[in-house]
Amino acid sequence: MNMEHLPLFPEAASSIANQVDTLYFVWLGLSGAVALAVAVMVVWFAVKYRAGSTADRTLVEDAEHHRRLRWIEITWSAIPLVLFLGMFVWSTEVFYQGATVPRNALPVYLVGKQWMWHVEHPGGEREIDELHVPLGRPIELVMTSQDVIHSFSIPGFRVKQDVLPGRYTRLWFTPTRPGDYHLFCTQYCGADHSRMIGRVVVMEPTAFEHWLSAHAGAQTMAARGAARFRQYGCSGCHGANATVRAPRLEGLFGKPVQLQDGQSVIADERFIRDAVLLPNRNVPAGYEPTMPSYRGQIGEEELLEIIEYVKSLDNVTQEVVR
Amino acid sequence: MSSAMLAEHDNYLYKEFGWWAWLTTLDHKRIGVLYTITITALFFIGGSAAALIRLDLITPHSELVSIETYNKLFTMHGVIMVWFFLIPSIPATLGNFLVPIMIGARDLAFPRLNLASWYLFVAGGLCAIYALVAGGVDTGWTFYTPFSTMFSNTHVFAVVAGVFVAGFSSILTGLNFIVTIHQMRAPGMTWFRLPLFIWSMYATSLILVLATPVLAMTLLLIAIERTFEIGVFNPALGGDPLLFQHLFWFYSHPAVYIMVVPAMGVASEIISCFCRNPVFGYRFMAYAILAIAAFGFLVWGHHMFVSGQSAYAGTVFSLLTFLVSVPSAVKVFNWTATLYKGRISFEAPMLYALGFVGLFTIGGLTGLFLASMGLDVHLHDTYFVVAHFHYIMVGGAVMAFFGGMHFWWPKITGRMYPEAWARFTALLMFVGFNLTFFPQFILGYLGMPRRYPEYPPEFQVWNVLSSAGASILAFGYALPLFYLAWSLRHGAQSPANPWRAKGLEWQVSSPPPSENFLTTPIVTEDAYAYSGTGSPHG
Repeated sequence: MNMEHLPLFPEAASSIANQVDTLYFVWLGLSGAVALAVAVMVVWFAVKYRAGSTADRTLVEDAEHHRRLRWIEITWSAIPLVLFLGMFVWSTEVFYQGATVPRNALPVYLVGKQWMWHVEHPGGEREIDELHVPLGRPIELVMTSQDVIHSFSIPGFRVKQDVLPGRYTRLWFTPTRPGDYHLFCTQYCGADHSRMIGRVVVMEPTAFEHWLSAHAGAQTMAARGAARFRQYGCSGCHGANATVRAPRLEGLFGKPVQLQDGQSVIADERFIRDAVLLPNRNVPAGYEPTMPSYRGQIGEEELLEIIEYVKSLDNVTQEVVR
Repeated sequence: MSSAMLAEHDNYLYKEFGWWAWLTTLDHKRIGVLYTITITALFFIGGSAAALIRLDLITPHSELVSIETYNKLFTMHGVIMVWFFLIPSIPATLGNFLVPIMIGARDLAFPRLNLASWYLFVAGGLCAIYALVAGGVDTGWTFYTPFSTMFSNTHVFAVVAGVFVAGFSSILTGLNFIVTIHQMRAPGMTWFRLPLFIWSMYATSLILVLATPVLAMTLLLIAIERTFEIGVFNPALGGDPLLFQHLFWFYSHPAVYIMVVPAMGVASEIISCFCRNPVFGYRFMAYAILAIAAFGFLVWGHHMFVSGQSAYAGTVFSLLTFLVSVPSAVKVFNWTATLYKGRISFEAPMLYALGFVGLFTIGGLTGLFLASMGLDVHLHDTYFVVAHFHYIMVGGAVMAFFGGMHFWWPKITGRMYPEAWARFTALLMFVGFNLTFFPQFILGYLGMPRRYPEYPPEFQVWNVLSSAGASILAFGYALPLFYLAWSLRHGAQSPANPWRAKGLEWQVSSPPPSENFLTTPIVTEDAYAYSGTGSPHG
């Protein structure tokens, strides 16, 4: 039989994949050894001590015997405990690597909805059920859902993260091998769950540049965000020439914001999202809670564009319109 | 009180015969039988759904049923198997029958409550079956929000109501067992003379009483959000979808222990009996059962490593999960050590019990893969998880259920089952089970997601193997229905103690008299007082 029809492992195509595979193989070895040991003991005893066999069954139940029993019990409790703790530390370390996004990661925005993945690159390139990424570069996905909970999974990269409505989750990876990889929704999300699939295309950096320029939108995400910013009237209060007293957004992203109730929060994606949809949740110190809510008026993609626009205001001198 | 003193028909089965007598019975043994008949019917409904699922998965394109139907099939399979078979499986059948007899009592503490719990269970089951007939439900047995509350337009309410009502039957059974075990033990039956089956029923009852109300509350919140659009879980209404998962798994993880702890109890009884040896490390085994039940409440977050839960919370849940697995591992070693220097015979119950140990070991070990956060990211929501929990809940719990049913069948019915058929079936189930579920570990590592009626073609060979195994397994599950039914009329009359087993239940006639004991027994020895090693009279 052709072994291609009996695959055992998926391709390992990201920087973390080999570490996950090593964990898997070590667990396979350990658990295989334990299972084998139990099986051998059971079969051995079952044969040797079968009813009617002449095996010696005498046991001297003296103090020495009970001391030995106690040691047996302690030993076979302690060995698994130590092994498990070691594996716990190691596997947790691998998890934290996957949970810590590198600073130089290239952001890509993603909205899951029944039943498709909508991807938008900062340059404005849009994709559906496909994700093109360059080889060897850390990619950070900033993800949200428009309806129910989905989960974004690339088995070839050994990564997976649930995508939730009402908040942003992140996932990052560095692709290490060019090619096409499966992309699955792994959180059951309704009728067409099994069709919420697609492919991830890992390209050589130069090929990726070509792809980008061939698929470039008319505007970058930030530029689209700037347009929304005016369209929804945000600029009337938050813009450079506003007369109403509202927080300025230049240089805001990633910085701590002092709130009315004395707490301080970091102005991340979620903070901006909440400010637009639930403006009374985090009122900055020194401002009146006069901002209206945009709940139900603004789509998830538009919100991400506005967030990308606010991020772009980092550099105060640049009004970002290409 | 030997069987010879009783007339042949003077037992719980024949006293006051007829439908009405059975449907209004307060006898714990009859209620145990009622439960057995009920959950057997439900097992085959849930099993039919599984059979259709496996048939459909033979091809990558879902050619047998539409994908909407497939979604409803796996939902009904999960709902029925979890709440209407596995949760009540051992406690409500063997537990109801045996708890009073094993501790030397005449009935449970609250016989009317016991009957009420069966009626609640039937009512809940009818609700679930109504939902099935009326068009089905497509949320998955996990009812994840906001899909279940705001997006699914199937019969969510009926199913949630059914599970809610059946939950109260769990709570009442648990309450009844706890009070009975505390208050009604015969003279001399001290805590550390209790058979491990009783310890397992006690621990299970604690979980039933403490965890089920949380499920009831959670299901109620689903119904409220769905009906009145009051935001609890749906972020569009100001709710938090992860809150649902925390509440759901706070019940549903301990629920796994509701299924497997009784199985551990059954296996301990059987292995000890057929080795003619006391259970190795009895006290440790009793403490381990309690420890597993208690720690089982602290690990629910390991279902949520990739849900968006904080990484620090995940770390704690991972650590606690590893800790709870230590007593489980030691239990496996203790069962193995019980064989040492025994006089082992291999009647069918023993084959089932050994099958339980093997499958539970594989299920437990693969659970460690999933407890490892760094590895769980890749495995979560794939077939690896499906294989793992089937090894525990079907391989473990169902094998033990069949083992227990065979072991106590002579006691319950007064008839011996046909031994050759039973041994053959135990073997068939073990082989069929492994062939069904082992390929799913491989599929899972390859990345095949759960709940996919359609899949990439490179996964097909493993799916075909799994479906082939399922056909063997289905045959294995169907066989006992026939030979056990046959034995009711044609099986040999069972003596009071066909296995020469210890334990009070074997001192009363088979089947037992209605009042269990004509005089209150006085217990003078430890559980499993098999003459043990070295004695030719074991």
